[in-house]
Parts: sequence; C-alpha cells; structure tokens
Amino acid sequence: MYAYDELDRTLINERVSEFRDQVKRRLSGELTEDEFKMLRLQNGVYLQLHAYMFRVAIPYGTLSSKQLRRLAYIARRYDRGYGHFTTRQNIQFNWIKLAELPDALAELAEVGIHAMQTSGNNMRNVTSDQWAGVAPGEVEDPRIWSEILRQHTTLHPEFSFLPRKFKIAITASEHDRAAIKIHDIGLRLHKNADGETGFEVLVGGGLGRTPFIAKTIKPFVAGRDILSYVEAILRVYNQYGRRDNIYKARIKILVHELGIEKFAREVDEEWRQMGHSALTLDHSVIEEVRSRFSYPAYEKLPHMPDELKQAAHDPLFERWRKNSVAPHKVQGYSIVTLSLKPVGGPPGDATADQMDAIADLADKYSFGEIRVGHEQNLALPHVAKRDLPQLWKALDRLGLATPNVNLVTDIIACPGLDYCSLANARSIPIAQELTRRFANHDTADMIGRLHINISGCINACGHHHVGHIGILGVEKNGEEFYQITIGGRADENAQMGALIGPAVPYAEVADVIEDIVEAYLALRDRPEELFVDTVKRLGVEPFKERVYATR
Amino acid sequence: MPLVKNGRITTDLFVHVADGAELPGDGAVLISAARFLEDPEAILKRAGKTGVIWPNNRAVDDLVPYLDRLAAVALLFPTFRDGRAYSQARLLRERHGYDGELRATGQVLRDQFVFMSRAGFDAFEVKKDADADAFAETMKRYSVFYQPTGDGRVTALNRRMQLRHSESAGQ
Repeated sequence: MYAYDELDRTLINERVSEFRDQVKRRLSGELTEDEFKMLRLQNGVYLQLHAYMFRVAIPYGTLSSKQLRRLAYIARRYDRGYGHFTTRQNIQFNWIKLAELPDALAELAEVGIHAMQTSGNNMRNVTSDQWAGVAPGEVEDPRIWSEILRQHTTLHPEFSFLPRKFKIAITASEHDRAAIKIHDIGLRLHKNADGETGFEVLVGGGLGRTPFIAKTIKPFVAGRDILSYVEAILRVYNQYGRRDNIYKARIKILVHELGIEKFAREVDEEWRQMGHSALTLDHSVIEEVRSRFSYPAYEKLPHMPDELKQAAHDPLFERWRKNSVAPHKVQGYSIVTLSLKPVGGPPGDATADQMDAIADLADKYSFGEIRVGHEQNLALPHVAKRDLPQLWKALDRLGLATPNVNLVTDIIACPGLDYCSLANARSIPIAQELTRRFANHDTADMIGRLHINISGCINACGHHHVGHIGILGVEKNGEEFYQITIGGRADENAQMGALIGPAVPYAEVADVIEDIVEAYLALRDRPEELFVDTVKRLGVEPFKERVYATR
Repeated sequence: MPLVKNGRITTDLFVHVADGAELPGDGAVLISAARFLEDPEAILKRAGKTGVIWPNNRAVDDLVPYLDRLAAVALLFPTFRDGRAYSQARLLRERHGYDGELRATGQVLRDQFVFMSRAGFDAFEVKKDADADAFAETMKRYSVFYQPTGDGRVTALNRRMQLRHSESAGQ
C-alpha cells in the first residue's frame, strides 16, 4: 500500500474545499451550468439519465480495507446501497445528490480517496495491473511509477484543459492485464540490455467510434526520464490535437493524421528542447516514493499446506480454486479473484454489505488489501494458501465465489441505457441474460477462456472492440439493435474484433451468442484451443455461415 | 472587464488598438499579432510600450525575436476549456526567458487562476467582477503542488526530500 503523507492529504482537502465552493456558486446561480459542467466533470460528476453520477478514483486499483469500508458507507449514506466498479479502476455511484457531494468527498478524503480527474478533458486516473507487486515474474512493482505519474498528473497546470480526455496505463508483466494498448499512453516496464529499468512507450490507442491499437513511439525511455517524455507527448498534443470536432480530438487521431513517425519526431524535438529539466527523476526521488509503499510481512509457508490437500476432495472448492486462484510471487500465498459477475447480476456491481464483508475478509486473510481490476472484478492479493478453504466458504456465502473468472459469463459491460445519457441501447440486461444462458459452470468450463464485452453505444465504455466477442448497442428506427464482433483482444496481442454480420435485435442477441459459442465448440481443433485462437485460425467466415445460415 | 495584476485589481495602462485604427504616438498599446508582424520594427520604435495579443493556434516561435522589447504578451482563452495558451505561457517563460507582463485574456474565470499563475501568467483580464474581487483569496486555495513549473513554487517531492535531509541531519 502507498501511504499518503501530510502533503497528499492537504492537497485532497484543498480540492474538496474548492469543489464545495464551486457547488455553492452553482447552487446560488453565480456559475452557469455551462461553466459548472467542466468543473464538476473535473471532479468526477456526470449528469446522467436519472441523477448525478459520481465516479471515484482507485489509483492503480489498490484499496485498503479502511478505504473499501468508506466506499461502502458512501454507497449506503449517499446512494442506494451499492456501487459499480468500472473498466478503469474507478467506482461509480449512480444516485448522488449534488448538494451532498461535497460532504461525500470530504468523507472520502479522510481515508485518502478522491475523485479528481475521473472525468473531463484532462489526465485521468492512472491505471495498472491489478496484480501489481504480487504477480510472479514482474520487472518491478509498476505502482511506484503509477504513483509518480498520479502525482504528476494531478491538477497539472498545463494539461488540465486538453482537447479531450487522456488515459495512461502501466504494466510490468509479460502478460498485459492493464490493457495498455488501448490507452492514450501505454507504458510497459522492462529492462534494457544494460539492465537498466525503463519503459516501452506506446501512444494513440483508444476505442470509441474510431478505434486504434497504440503504437510504439519509443522502445526504451529510462525511468528517470519518464515524466519529461510524457510531458513532451502531452505538450505536442495540447497544442496540435484537434479542438474543432469532439470526435477527432483524442490523441489517437493526431497520431493517425500525422503518422507515428512524424508525431514521434515532434515529440522528440520537444523532448530535446526540454533538456535536463526539473522533471528528471533522481534516484533518491524514485526511492522516496518507493519507500512509501509498504509490503506485507509474509510468513514462510509451505507450497502445499494440509488444509489445501484436504479441501481438494471437495469438487466445488476445487472448481473455484482452479478458476479464481492465481499464483503469487511468494511461496505459500495466492492471489484470489472475487467475481462480481454472479448469474443474473449486473457486471461489476457490489452492495455496501458485500464491500464491508470483503473489507473484513481482507483484514483477516489479505493483510488488509484489496485490488480492483479492469475486468470489473476484485482481488485479494495476499492470501495464504492454508486459508483458501475458509475464504472460499466466506466468499460463497457472500455470492462472491462464482467460479467464472475469465469465462463466458465474466462479462465486461458499461451501464448502458439503464443509467447513461449517451447510450443507445441497454447493456446490463443483455449481460444478465447471457449469464443465465451459460449458468452451468461445467459448460462454461468446457468452453474455456472467453471474454464478452458489451457497450451500449459507440463510445465503447464496455470495450466491445477488444472483447473475444464484442456486443455493441446501436439504435435503428427507435429500436435497440446490436452489432456483434469476434476475435478482439485487449492483452499484449491486442486487436480489434471483426464484424460477424448484420446487427440483430435485442431479443435475438443471446441466441446469436449461443450460436457463436456452439460454432466454436464444433470448429476448435482441440479443447485447449481458445475461442480467440480459433477465430484467428479460421477467420470470421465459418462463424458467420453457421450463425446466419438459419437467420 | 477588470484587470488583475500583481494580485490586485488595477488600471489597465495598455490601450487596446483595433486593427486598422490609428496607433497613438505614445502610450502603451496592445495590438494583434497580425498587425505587429506587419512591421514589428516600426511599431517597436514608437515612444510607448508595446504589447501583443498572440493567438493560441500559432507557435510562439514567431514572437521570440522580439520578446526582450515587448512590455506585454496577451494569450487567448477563447473559452476556458481551450487550454493551448497554458503551453504557450510556459514556453515563453521557461524556454524563452520572457519576463515582461504575461496576460491571460478571453474567458478568464476564477477557477483557472491557480493554473494560470503556475503556467507563468501574472496579469488577468477577468471576465466577472466577483471573480476579480476573489483573486487573492482564490490564489491561497492551494498550498501543495506536485509539478515543477517555472513559477518557483516548491513541489511536494522537493519538500519531502528536504524533510528527509533535515531528518537525517538531526540523527
């Protein structure tokens, strides 16, 4: 965990008092809605279909049990008793009252949580691998750099009014769990030939109506230079990014229009002129930030404790363990994913009671720490293997042990037309229906890894382009229709899915997905071949033929 | 529209002269970039001070040769949502060493004062009277700053490092 010091706390409190003043001026009419809109967005407040929506940052997905309890309290006190975890390590509350927001923010600030820049045309919450610091084989803990960037991007005097939003993600693992290739800037920590730690810098990724996979702008930028290099990218973007058309304002369009080579030359020239600036990070500065991350005092534990051997006789426990428990870098420990995708539930939602209970379990079994992943699930990052059977029982009672992590019912979905003023179609009921269709865990297991992503409009908050199966809601003559793509992925081999055929009406979506999955089961050359690999091998055609033959 | 300079509401000594209108023989004038660049030397030879209003979609490089003879540069915020002038301001101050008046003009509102000041602005043509009145109070809103800019404010990282040094010195 990163421990806030007096300076971090002071800044958050100063931001709360500024926002309190802004709300006061809006309520008194001193600020017009047009003026207030950008100010509230800069603090995570959207006006949705039914009410204000409030988005709170969970930087690089790390939460303490104390912080999670406070989120539960906020859900209960200011909302309707639940919260929604998003694809960018935020939590959203959907029913907040504007006049009460400053108090809610002040209560969050007490535990070091804020909503700064969770929306608006500025640098958003810096996200990272939810297994950062515990995954085996990491170059180093990417949260050190995430925190350095979090501080640097917070209330930045030059880049708080960019052409459009700007998202940064960091990974330090071979397998990219942070989806860095669909970010405005993606950073991959690695070591160069001299053993020096630095970053491969990618730029211009993003989804929405013009999706792009990020391109490498520089294969290696040393850690000490990362702030100045990021600043150079942002300075070029701030000056030359398009402001005439909101749909062409993201950096991906600038990179596309200039071409990555010309864009890279512009950035390099700016970077060269910046020279050795105050942004260069001394070793001691990096170590200062590193020193404020604390790690658990792990015990020396056996790889295979007796408790685990005994529990292995229970097939239900084994099914969950094989699905939801991942290796930890320390022997005797595991990373446990908590599925927020119960059969029939809205993906990514947690009730206040669940949040409180998870906080208690984190205290008991995970050194008080919880992680939030972009797949809209939570994780307990440091669970002793001997405790897994007990933890499983507790999670099962809470409805948090659905053994469907990475399976067909582990669906990523945006809030859609049930909440969002931008949406053309509903997302949540589609997800709920699909979880019912594939409710049989043995079937889901047999299908294997399969990511379904659902967005209720072209803005793509559900990342449908990069779902193994992507579902995009569109509106046709006042009715909800859905375009379906297959073969997308968001990891280190990120790519966009391909359209399988004409859009289908709401009532047929689940049938079509079932047909696609059946086609896959018939087409895969062996059980281990994942859905996405079968699509890669065969292309869209054989799927299209089977799905549309009878339609 | 009140002008805030050196932290106070003050009289604007510069006269805005529209393109095509005759320049007064002396006195401080603020003119457009287009007019200035038509014949910079002639304008700079006038008896009075010269200020230039620079658009936010043109690189400041073209203004750099004249910076040491300009008394003011005004940068534009067509709306407060358009942040290009923040980059221009930092480049003028931090890269090109401009130390004359740097004025923010356009939709200049209270909630941007701190950002503007950090980017190097020291004069503000404030849209609303109430915001101009609240200038001093607004500037006190923040005491912690994460980013190093040319404004001289000590960053959080530097304060932490100083604290570390004084702690280890005391041991």
